[in-house]
Amino acid sequence: MPRILSSLLVLVVAWGLWSGHGEPLIVGFGALSCLAVFGISRRMDRVVGEQPLDYGLALRSLGYLPWLLLQIVKSNLDVARLIVGSAPTVHSHLIRVQADQATELGRVIYANSITLTPGTITLDLRGQDLLVHALTRSAAEGVQEGEMGRRVSRLEGQG
Amino acid sequence: MMIVDALSWVLLVGGSLLCVVGGLGLLRLPDVYTRAHAAGINDTLGSWAILLGLMLQAGLGLVTVKLAMIGLFMALVGPVSSHALLKAAYAHGVRVQSSDEEPADVD
Repeated sequence: MPRILSSLLVLVVAWGLWSGHGEPLIVGFGALSCLAVFGISRRMDRVVGEQPLDYGLALRSLGYLPWLLLQIVKSNLDVARLIVGSAPTVHSHLIRVQADQATELGRVIYANSITLTPGTITLDLRGQDLLVHALTRSAAEGVQEGEMGRRVSRLEGQG
Repeated sequence: MMIVDALSWVLLVGGSLLCVVGGLGLLRLPDVYTRAHAAGINDTLGSWAILLGLMLQAGLGLVTVKLAMIGLFMALVGPVSSHALLKAAYAHGVRVQSSDEEPADVD
């Protein structure tokens, strides 16, 4: 029940913010499309299985996202400096990184966080193994140092 | 409102410059793997800076909410597309040049 209510609430709020209209006809269409999307996503539950609903994760992400944003800004500037430098000194290579987050969601957040920071892109996630392409040695060291992985583990609250 | 205007222009010009650098990276870097990192600049800080600059121009309102939603979608979709692109390249045997080791195959 909290699941149904929260997903309907998110859909209605999203519709309202996107449209900004108040005419009965348009609102009627909005209500219909919210119901349609709700129905489709309920069907999706049967395909991928019910995903756990974790309000704590949303709260804890308030601590994680600013840190991630700072890393993204830093690595953006690193890659930009590399590109405009007189001769780009790339050391293109693959590294293996251990993702020891407890949940699948945690590992996916970790893999996507690595990709979001320019300089490192996750090629594959299999079990606990991440295959990461790094643009430079220092980008690779940044991931292997493991700070991001620890923060994601804290984010998921270990189970 | 001078300060907001100035900040907004700094963000707009800075974001545009970053996007140009990302495009330059596509030309200067040697192969698909390294070029994807350059495109990552446009996906993240380049577009976010421009969106933030536009939000400051729009002020508090629905337009700003929509711009924020676009930024959120970029943050969710950008990494997925870079990942899919490079995974496809790797699976189809594009070699990573100057790599120290070649880990096992990806399918």
